[in-house]
Amino acid sequence: MGRITLEGVTKRFGDVEVIPPLNLDIEDGEFVVFVGPSGCGKSTLLRLIAGLEDVSAGRILIDGTDATEASPAKRGLAMVFQSYALYPHMSVRKNIAFPLKMAGMDKAEQDRRIAAAANALNLTDYLDRRPGQLSGGQRQRVAIGRAIVREPSAFLFDEPLSNLDAALRVGMRLEISELHTRLRTTMIYVTHDQVEAMTLADKIVVLHAGRIEQVGSPLDLYMRPRNVFVAGFIGSPKMNLFTGEAAAEYGARTIGVRPEHIAISTEGGTWKGRVGVSEHLGSDSFFYVEDTGLAETVTVRADGEIGLHHGDEVWLTPSEDKVHKFDDGGDLIE
Amino acid sequence: MATRQTASLARLMRAPAIILLLIWMVVPLGMTLYYSFLNYNLLNPAVTSWAGWFNYQYFYTDPAFLDSLWNTLVLVVGVLLITVCGGIAIAILIDKPIFGQGLVRILVISPFFVMPPVAALIWKNMIMHPSYGVFADIAKFFGTSPVDWFAQYPLFSIIIIVAWQWLPFATLILLTSLQSLDGEQMEAAEMDGAPAYSRFIHLVLPHMARAITVVILIQTIFLLSIYAEILVTTNGGPGTASTNLTYLIYRAARLNFDIGGAAAGGVIAVVLANIVAIFLMRAVGKNLD
Ligand SMILES: Nc1ncnc2c1ncn2[C@@H]1O[C@H](COP(=O)(O)OP(=O)(O)OP(=O)(O)O)[C@@H](O)[C@H]1O
Ligand SMILES: [Mg+2]
Repeated sequence: MGRITLEGVTKRFGDVEVIPPLNLDIEDGEFVVFVGPSGCGKSTLLRLIAGLEDVSAGRILIDGTDATEASPAKRGLAMVFQSYALYPHMSVRKNIAFPLKMAGMDKAEQDRRIAAAANALNLTDYLDRRPGQLSGGQRQRVAIGRAIVREPSAFLFDEPLSNLDAALRVGMRLEISELHTRLRTTMIYVTHDQVEAMTLADKIVVLHAGRIEQVGSPLDLYMRPRNVFVAGFIGSPKMNLFTGEAAAEYGARTIGVRPEHIAISTEGGTWKGRVGVSEHLGSDSFFYVEDTGLAETVTVRADGEIGLHHGDEVWLTPSEDKVHKFDDGGDLIE
Repeated sequence: MATRQTASLARLMRAPAIILLLIWMVVPLGMTLYYSFLNYNLLNPAVTSWAGWFNYQYFYTDPAFLDSLWNTLVLVVGVLLITVCGGIAIAILIDKPIFGQGLVRILVISPFFVMPPVAALIWKNMIMHPSYGVFADIAKFFGTSPVDWFAQYPLFSIIIIVAWQWLPFATLILLTSLQSLDGEQMEAAEMDGAPAYSRFIHLVLPHMARAITVVILIQTIFLLSIYAEILVTTNGGPGTASTNLTYLIYRAARLNFDIGGAAAGGVIAVVLANIVAIFLMRAVGKNLD
């Protein structure tokens, strides 16, 4: 079981309110990803759930019982740190065994669980090495191994892949995803990587200055951002956001159109501009169109074959039903 | 030293310092060796003669010799125990953010700046003195009779004084080591269900092993040659109760004016110190690589 409920959880460091009162429900078995810009309080929120920081106000319920005052060890959660936080003078085996040893588990059961975890994470050959003798990816797997042997009610990950190179990151991302499919344990995962958030999450929580901007499934957030912040934050490349005359035509303060919802043509359309930088990725191409009078540049996605070059004059046309309209407060106009 | 050229240049640049150090070491050692084989007494300096191994035999068969070896050992081990354990404890205490942290740290470190004879005199006359020392006042306050520290527990008193002087050194080194301990590791252990003492045993101590080794090695070198504290407090007494090897050599040279005997004692001390050093390097030096 791993149902986590935050009720009015608040965190202040001295006079600075890093997290204003916040409510959040995390269902058992859910994969929840916290995303948000740097310094928005993702790590702090995770540490509050873990019990590594004390809440200033509010309650944390784990499986319906109040765990606000419980020590980290008592909450039955396991955390994987960005720096791995392995014990450097212990072998991999001892690292993984540490939580079991602390729980006073008998030796045979310990060995059984270590063998199972090592097997699942491809660590069997490295059990007698020290963390210092492992690669970054292997260390990360040891940290995950140390977390899974305890069979916690939820896993907490704080940017676990950010120290790995791009190729390894993709591999580990899949492994974590598989782990979740296999264990069906609640996972809370902090990242600022769009792709990680979109691919892993059942539910994404977008944070901004400690406040929850929107909670929803990845596609939900992508298709129906509730405000300008989420619209601009989710999606890569970013959604185009226009203010001024173009927005006024739609009766809005700000309008947003995703790059794939703008048609580009040399003949005619709604907005006129000139091709600036273009990026050809093979499957599709991104054009950064300048001099539209809408914004500095407008990002447009097109199919791979379109032959447009720097300086070409083009016309842009948004798909009318895909235009997001936001009011003065930045909220979506339904 | 990346290339052969820079390596030979480096050797050339190092040479003067090394040669100077060598002379500094070899000349006194050679003179000591030479004197140790002479009948040479300052009461009668004109008459010197070859003594062979007599000085060594004389020093070795002196009943005070074995006492002094034992006392040296007790002194070194006692001080090491107090300073390492006390140093770890104080380091952990002052590592936590407390009010007036800067001042507390300076206070903790200050005994190190007091020179040994002064420290010993303060302890002798103001703290451990049986009639007007602080300890005597405390004893009187509780209605017990004051302890005459230097008469009743001479070696223990000296251990206390020396430990007080070396505690700051140990604390400082151990504190630096403690501060380099990764906070996330401690948090991970906390989440793994390790209570404070388990975190100390399994994480903090292994992390500090290297620093503890450094403290033990450096202190041992200095503790083998403790001398001033004994001179100004007990004078090695009562009897030989607080005489260590260094003090025994001093006694031979300055009280008996027996240069030959003292030199032989010095050579024995050097040999013993080297044995201790080799033993220590074997035992704890592996923590250093
Ligand atoms: N111990 C602390 N004392 C005071 N302020 C803190 C403390 N820890 C964090 N903060 C502040 O709280 C805010 C949120 O920090 P947090 O580490 O949660 O950000 P984050 O979202 O994890 O950012 P990043 O993506 O860069 O890791 C920051 O403004 C930070 O300066
Ligand atoms: Mg963070």
